[in-house]
Amino acid sequence: MYIAASRTSDLAAGTERKPALRRVAANVVALGLVSLVTDVSSEMVTAVLPLYLVLGLGLNPLQFGLLDGLYAGATAVVRVLGGHLADRWRRLKTVAGFGYGLSAVCKLGLIAAGSSVAAIGVVLAADRTGKGLRTAPRDALISLSSEPDALGRSFGVHRALDTVGAFLGPLVAMAVLALSLGSYTSVFFTSFCIATIAVMLLVLFVRDRPGTMDRAAVSLRAAIDLLRAKDFRRVTIWAALLGLVTVGDSFIYLVLQRRWDVAATYFPLLPLGTAGIYLLLAVPLGRLADRIGRWPVFLGGHAALCVALVLLCGPQAGIWLAVVALGLHGVFYAATDGVLMAAAGPLVPSGLRATGLAVVQTGQAVARMLSSVLFGLAWTLWDLRPAVFVAAGCLAVVALAAAVVKPVRP
Amino acid sequence: MKKLVLALTGTVVLAAAAVTYTVSARPDAAEAVPAAQLTLAHGQLLYRNVSTGRIASVPLTDPGAKPKLSGLKCDRFAVAKQTAVCLAARPGTLPVETDVLVLDDHLNVRHTETLPGTPSRARVSPDGKLVYWTVFVTGDSYAATGFSTRAGVYEVDTGSLVKTIEELPVLVDGSRYFAPDVNYWGITFAADGNRFYATLGSKGKTYLVEGDYAHFHGKALRENVECPSLSPDGTRVAFKKKVGDGVWRLSVLDLATMRETELAERRSVDDQALWQDDHTVLYGLDNAVWAVPADGSGAPRRLAGDAATPAVTG
Repeated sequence: MYIAASRTSDLAAGTERKPALRRVAANVVALGLVSLVTDVSSEMVTAVLPLYLVLGLGLNPLQFGLLDGLYAGATAVVRVLGGHLADRWRRLKTVAGFGYGLSAVCKLGLIAAGSSVAAIGVVLAADRTGKGLRTAPRDALISLSSEPDALGRSFGVHRALDTVGAFLGPLVAMAVLALSLGSYTSVFFTSFCIATIAVMLLVLFVRDRPGTMDRAAVSLRAAIDLLRAKDFRRVTIWAALLGLVTVGDSFIYLVLQRRWDVAATYFPLLPLGTAGIYLLLAVPLGRLADRIGRWPVFLGGHAALCVALVLLCGPQAGIWLAVVALGLHGVFYAATDGVLMAAAGPLVPSGLRATGLAVVQTGQAVARMLSSVLFGLAWTLWDLRPAVFVAAGCLAVVALAAAVVKPVRP
Repeated sequence: MKKLVLALTGTVVLAAAAVTYTVSARPDAAEAVPAAQLTLAHGQLLYRNVSTGRIASVPLTDPGAKPKLSGLKCDRFAVAKQTAVCLAARPGTLPVETDVLVLDDHLNVRHTETLPGTPSRARVSPDGKLVYWTVFVTGDSYAATGFSTRAGVYEVDTGSLVKTIEELPVLVDGSRYFAPDVNYWGITFAADGNRFYATLGSKGKTYLVEGDYAHFHGKALRENVECPSLSPDGTRVAFKKKVGDGVWRLSVLDLATMRETELAERRSVDDQALWQDDHTVLYGLDNAVWAVPADGSGAPRRLAGDAATPAVTG
């Protein structure tokens, strides 16, 4: 039941059919560049923040943990709010821009907060709020700017650009630290300047809501009614259920480290390995999703994760197995992150697109938080390998069920 | 076209602002005090000069005197006998790596280990033969966010290195303790160079662990004792007691009677205390070094400002 896909209003401007060589909409590329530049800015802060808090300010890990928990929690709630407001005011770009702008100003806030732990907590929470607010309207803009049958590719392009930014961020931070001889405030100020460039790119080059609007009533009620649509409800529930049996990144890396005794110096390279594969495969897998169906690719991604888990804890231990497992982990991301948005987008009327995507994302995020707690518990109770095997088993069962029982069509 | 010009102009202006800020943030070389040659001669208070990161020295009898600044930059610093240790985060490495510099009595580098993580604690055993440290490591905490700690030991004479004491077999309540999230921090050795104490953190609890270095095993003595520091006479442990989230009270535990005494410092202290002698405990707080009597009497006394990570030569 493609609710919105049949609506012509859904299409981006200039959609002549050239099946062989269709380009990605300019708006998607613009949004991708905004994400790239923003990610440079945010990842450079992420890279130095622990150092700054512990060495610069003498905070202790526990206090840092409290701050971290505070801002991680803030996003889940705010995401739905951002999506809803964007739809209600019919201003996706404005709400996304406000989110980007808020995060940019927070970089100056870090400098202004000085050594006050309370002030830093407030600034970090505001930064996360900005991130939460912008995510759903941004994904809705990508979704609404793309041809329905090229959504996977659009999200693939966006996520690939986003990942490039994440790669560059720590490098820029290192360059600034080297140039300033170790000044953290220089990193924050540079981060602010880069984030401001991103906001400027958004204001200048991103177009709000292409095409005529779907005039669906946007009330909280309408948002809740979204879940009455069978396919959308299924996607949301299955995505959340799969999130519940998905083993988190930090666990994967920790298993890799324990099993193959990865030297701690190389440990930070593991996430880069995943991100590298993600970067390479985001577009091809997005295109594949457009061709053979987004849901099969989404489930295929989970199958890749399942195989990775089995490899990680299987009887054979070899460095090439670790490399394959890491590669499959990257495949998992490339086949799920943008693809889920591409799958869910067409199931929501365009006037409720941001709200709908926020609901799916929040369901998945909350489930993954829970999964992390549960897996930690299983690990403590049963030890590492049994916990991973059980997790892989649950993942296989849920993924199979999602494929066989009550299939979703997107 | 107009938009493109606007975007390019804006980007150039912002990039220029960032570069200007960054370059002007460099410490002014002209103002730098020339480096003095420090030694570990008797009767000094050494500490980290917070604004420059350099190791400073004042006479213990006159800690308010103008400090001599060495050329050595450290984030944590400790001394005992003829050995000093300096933990210095490598500038420009992300994620952070820490150089553990083992120094002789003229603060010349004898040995360097480079470890992943952010410096937290550093100490030298009373006999000067072991240096040990704690670093924070990001990324391998199974709790997804936050840090884990690694405490390690280096034997100065043999060159043998224990990167982490996480494998130490430990008894808690009489039975062997196993958990994936075991963390150790804040090691302190006795004068015999074998008995040691450290904090074991796991599942939200912290324990004081007494260890035997030669036989490499340990047992938990008590809960809620962090960053122990053994008195010179080996009978008491100064430590930080958690009294709330992110709030610690400096206390002293008598190992024979297991009686705790809260010290006169009422502010939250997040530092590994240092015994100046059997009666006085030093610690860093709010960018200053403080002293407080070890028996709970008296009041905290400010020894030196713009200072952290105190060390005393005996």
